[in-house]
Amino acid sequence: MTLTEERGVKTRTVHRLGRPDPAARSRGGQRFLLVGLVLASMYSLFPVWWLIVASTKDRTGLYQSNGLWFSGWHLWDNLEQLFTYEDGIFLRWTANSFLYAGVGSLGGTLLALATGYGLARFQFPGRNLVFACVVGSFLIPIALLTLPLYLLFSEIGLVDTPWAMLIPCLINPFSVYLAKVYTEATVPYELLEAARIDGAGELRIFFSIVLRMMTTGGATVFLLAFVNTWNAFFLPLTVLRGEENWTLNLGLYNWSGKRLESGVDLTSLVLTGALLSVVPMAIMMVAMRRYWRTGVTLGALK
Amino acid sequence: MIRSLRWKGAAFTVPFQLGFVFLYLLPIGYAVYQSLYHEQQSGLGLGGATEEFVGFDNYRQGLTDSKFMGSVLRVVLFACVQIPVMLAVSLVLALFLDALASKAASRFRVLLLVPYMIPGVVAAVVWINLYSPDVGPLTPIGELFGFDWNFFAPSMVWPSIGNLLTWHGIGYNMVIIYSALQGVPRELFEAARLDGASEWRIALSIKIPFVRGALVLTGMLSIIQMLQIFNEPALFRNVTPQTVDDSFTPIMIIYNQAFNAGNYHYAATLSVLLALILGVASFLFYRLTSREAD
Repeated sequence: MTLTEERGVKTRTVHRLGRPDPAARSRGGQRFLLVGLVLASMYSLFPVWWLIVASTKDRTGLYQSNGLWFSGWHLWDNLEQLFTYEDGIFLRWTANSFLYAGVGSLGGTLLALATGYGLARFQFPGRNLVFACVVGSFLIPIALLTLPLYLLFSEIGLVDTPWAMLIPCLINPFSVYLAKVYTEATVPYELLEAARIDGAGELRIFFSIVLRMMTTGGATVFLLAFVNTWNAFFLPLTVLRGEENWTLNLGLYNWSGKRLESGVDLTSLVLTGALLSVVPMAIMMVAMRRYWRTGVTLGALK
Repeated sequence: MIRSLRWKGAAFTVPFQLGFVFLYLLPIGYAVYQSLYHEQQSGLGLGGATEEFVGFDNYRQGLTDSKFMGSVLRVVLFACVQIPVMLAVSLVLALFLDALASKAASRFRVLLLVPYMIPGVVAAVVWINLYSPDVGPLTPIGELFGFDWNFFAPSMVWPSIGNLLTWHGIGYNMVIIYSALQGVPRELFEAARLDGASEWRIALSIKIPFVRGALVLTGMLSIIQMLQIFNEPALFRNVTPQTVDDSFTPIMIIYNQAFNAGNYHYAATLSVLLALILGVASFLFYRLTSREAD
C-alpha cells in the first residue's frame, strides 16, 4: 500500500465514522495501548476479584490460602452467618440504607425537578439569587453544615431518627442544578405556551407535561442522588446513634473496627457484607448506565 | 412574562428555598454565631455553663492551633502528590482509550469504571483488608519479591490511602477527560498527520491542551474533596489508632472537638475556617490555571 492510498483510506473512514481508523495506525502502537489498558484494568479489578473470592472462604481459607484463588465454597455459610448475626442486624441496616437512599432521593428528585423547572422556565425576582445559592453551596464543606444541623436536630428531637437522614436528602443543590440544565435542554417554551392557551393550569402542566418529558433527566438526578445517599458516611455517623437506625456503611465501619467481638471473628462478616453492599450499586449502575453517563459528563460541565 | 405567571413560576422553587434556608443558611448562620462565643463554666462547674461573647478569640486560637493547621498542611501536601498522580494516570488512560478502536474502548471504559461503583467506605474496607498482613494478598506477594511491606506503618499510611483514593478515582476522572477528548475536532488530527506529526506529538500538542478545561475541573473537584477527607483516615484509624491519630485530618479534628471534647464552639470555628480555606484554595487554583491558559 502506498502512502497516498493509505491516506485516502484513512480520510474516507474518518468521514464515515467521525473517528480515525485505528487499523491504519502502527500495529506496535495499538499493542502498546492494549497492554497499558489491560494492566490498568487488572489494577481496577483485582480488589473486587479478591473480595469475591474472600467471601467464599471459611476462616481457615481466609487466613491461610492464596487470596487470589478459591479454596472451598463457603459463600452460603458466610451469608447465613451474616444474616443471622445479632438477630439479623445486617438486614436492618440494608433496609435502612434502601429507605434513606430510596425515599430521600425520590423526594429530593421531585423537589429538584420542580425547582429546576421554575428556575429554567420562569423569570421572577430573586431567580438569580436562588441559582447563585445553588452553585455556591457546592463549595460548602460538609462539616460546616452537618455539625450545626446535628445541634438543630437535637433541639427538635430528630437526632437518631430516620428523619435526620431523610430531611437533608430532600434538599440537594446539585440535583437542582442538573434539573435546571435538563429542563433547558428538553422542555420548549412553545409547548408551555400552547398548553396555557389550551387552558391548562401551571400545576397540571408541570405534573402531566413537564415531568413526563423529564423522565430521562429525572432518572439521572434520582440515580446520582441515590448513589450519593447510599455512599454517605459523615452525615449518618453524626446524626444516627443507635445501631437500629444505622446504614450499611456505618455498620461495616463499626464491624471493621471491632474485628473480634465476643469470640466471633468479624473479618469474614465484614467482607461478605462489603460485597453485598456493592450489589445494589452495581445493579443500579448497569441497569441505568445510559442515564448516569450523561449525569457524569454533565457534572463535569458544571 | 405576565405578572401572575412569574409568581406561579417562583412558587415551584419555594419548597426548595425553604429547605435551603433551614438546611443550609440556618446551620451556617448558627455555626458562625457559635464561633463567636465561648462556653464558660461557672464556679466549680456546678452552676452549669454560660455562653460568653468572645469575638474572634476562637479564630485566633484556631489559626495558631498547631494541630489544626498541621492537619491542613498535611492534607494539602498529600493533595499535591495524590491529585496530580491520579489525574496523570486518568489522562493517560483517556488518551489510550481515545486512540483505540471505539468498540474495544467502550469495553475498557466499563472495566476501568468498576471501582467508581463501589461506595467509598466499602472501597476503604476492601483495601484495608488487602493491606492487612493477616488476610491480605499483598503481604505474601511482597514477600515473594523480597519486600517486607507494612502498609500501616507511619511512613506508609499516606501512600496506602493515596493508592486507595487513586484506585477509586481513576475511572471517574478518566470518563470526564475522555468525554472532553471526544469533542476535539477530528479534522485537526488529519491536518497534523498530513504535516507529519507523530501520534505522540498530536497527543501532546492538540489533545492535552484541548482537555485542559476538564483537567482543571477534575483537579478542582479533587481539591475540594481532599481538604475534607474523613472516611478513609477514619477507617484506617479503626485498624491502626497508633499511626492515624484523632487529629489526622481537619474534619477528624472538628468531629472530635464536637463529639469527644464536647466543644461545639471551637468545632464550629474550625469548620468556618475550613470553609474559608476551601474557598481560598479553589479561588487560587482557578486563577492560577485560568491565567496560564491565556
